[in-house]
Amino acid sequence: MKDNIEEFLIEKGLLITALSSIVIILLIIIFIFTEGLPSIESVGFFKFIFGSTWDPSSGEYGVLPMIVGSLGITGLALLFSVPLSLLCAIFMAEIAPKTVRKILKPVIETLAGIPSVVYGFFGLIVLVPIMRVQFGGTGFSMLTASIILTVMILPTIISVSEDALRSIPHEYKEASLAVGATHWQTIKNVIFPAAIPGIITAIILGMGRAIGETLAVIMVAGNVAQFPNSILDPVRALTSNIAIEMGYATGIHYSALFGTAIVLFIIIMILLVVANYFHYKKKVTIGGGYL
Amino acid sequence: MNRIISPKKAQKIMKSVFWASGIITVIILLIIIGYILFKGLPVVNLEFLLADPIDSGKSGGIAPMIVSTIIVTVIAVLVAAPLGVGAAVFIEEYTKENIIVKLIRFGSETLASIPSIVFGLFGLAFFVVFLGMGWSLFSGGLVLAFMALPTILQVSEVSISAVPKSYAEGSLALGGSKWQTVYRVILPAAIPGITTGIILGMARAMSEAAAILFVVGSALAMPLSIFDPGRPLPLHLYVLATEGISLDNAYGTAAVLVLLVLIITVVTNTVVERYSKKMMGR
Repeated sequence: MKDNIEEFLIEKGLLITALSSIVIILLIIIFIFTEGLPSIESVGFFKFIFGSTWDPSSGEYGVLPMIVGSLGITGLALLFSVPLSLLCAIFMAEIAPKTVRKILKPVIETLAGIPSVVYGFFGLIVLVPIMRVQFGGTGFSMLTASIILTVMILPTIISVSEDALRSIPHEYKEASLAVGATHWQTIKNVIFPAAIPGIITAIILGMGRAIGETLAVIMVAGNVAQFPNSILDPVRALTSNIAIEMGYATGIHYSALFGTAIVLFIIIMILLVVANYFHYKKKVTIGGGYL
Repeated sequence: MNRIISPKKAQKIMKSVFWASGIITVIILLIIIGYILFKGLPVVNLEFLLADPIDSGKSGGIAPMIVSTIIVTVIAVLVAAPLGVGAAVFIEEYTKENIIVKLIRFGSETLASIPSIVFGLFGLAFFVVFLGMGWSLFSGGLVLAFMALPTILQVSEVSISAVPKSYAEGSLALGGSKWQTVYRVILPAAIPGITTGIILGMARAMSEAAAILFVVGSALAMPLSIFDPGRPLPLHLYVLATEGISLDNAYGTAAVLVLLVLIITVVTNTVVERYSKKMMGR
């Protein structure tokens, strides 16, 4: 009898720990939204999202320049990072000898583990001066930020897409090689297409990391809250907007920064839903492959 | 017939391209780590590690920042590890795939993808203001716990599900209760994976700055209790670099952070792997 009660209590205790993620996420949503919604209401939803001026001193709260900044930096980073990381993932999954793979794995883990502030610091000290000499201006720009982010999202995209490439059933590859295709033809026409859902998930995860990155971007992007005319102009990301102004914001300005967080949160949720959709499909196709 | 490059030649070219991509990735890492260590290691000595900062970090050392980092990381792990491992045990051993499990998974996935600065805002609104805990290492540690939770949960879940079902069946057949089976059989077998998860969560907590920017108070003095404000290493590096306080000390702080990451990677790759071979017979 005593044992039964003990088992019962342990099970309920574990249930409570399991529910903690849900409780935490709800708390975050509740607090971000209660603090942020008043500003969006008073500015007006459309003016807040599509307003092109962010000037708290004159009461203008439009986050569109920051949305453009975030998406611009992220888009460029993906443009640089996706080709390199997919090549590297294929290299690790298909080509590299075991010993080389044993070197690459910890290299990628280390790249993933380096604190983002260290990336930002490296960007500030090394990359910004190089960009200044190469392209003129201050060196702080959308391009500079996207180069730093390129490196930061490499490990995410590489490790997830390598997993996806490895989970392709062996029969696929063997069948292709058996009919006389070269290894590259097999990769290009069989393995890669079969891994596409997983690769898309990998890219979306990388995109999420890029959009969410804050301090590394602040340190190299220039942070001007205006639409950039070129990729060499300074830009401000949504994340940076919060981090830069939170220290001194009060009243509606304070609330508008939580409003910025709401916009970020919604963008991330959209990415998550898209990623889940592909993840789901991936499981089905691979299961189908085995049957 | 309009093929310009023969399949054989394409194979050869692509093979070099793949090799090049792998080499480029290694070179990128070497450049970043090499540069930081080359510039930073000369600054790092025992005095730098053990002295207080002087003149807001212009000179002196980083002792209070190391202590702050240790405090927030320990709080984060102490809170997140039981929650994450408990949740993983519940999902894998106590329930079937149902709506609650789906919700938990969605919750932890969302938690894993929320930008750190949003965690920071939440920490400010919830711990600092709403709960009245003020700017303190304790508030910061709790925010970091929430960030580390999904990592620990997901890795633990994978390693618990990798324990062969026959282990649990053997224990249950011998008359072990559910909890005895989990505690004596499944958890010991899954410990290497769970440890990896906890180390990864710890690393995430240790290297985070944005999430605690408005939560820990950024004080320079040595924290005397967990309820004091403090300034962990990543935040110190951010302040030193952006406010142009001292380049040398920024290099030194960055080098210490990079060394910590290297140590963690080596530990997870050697110690944990060796132990996992022993426990799982792999």
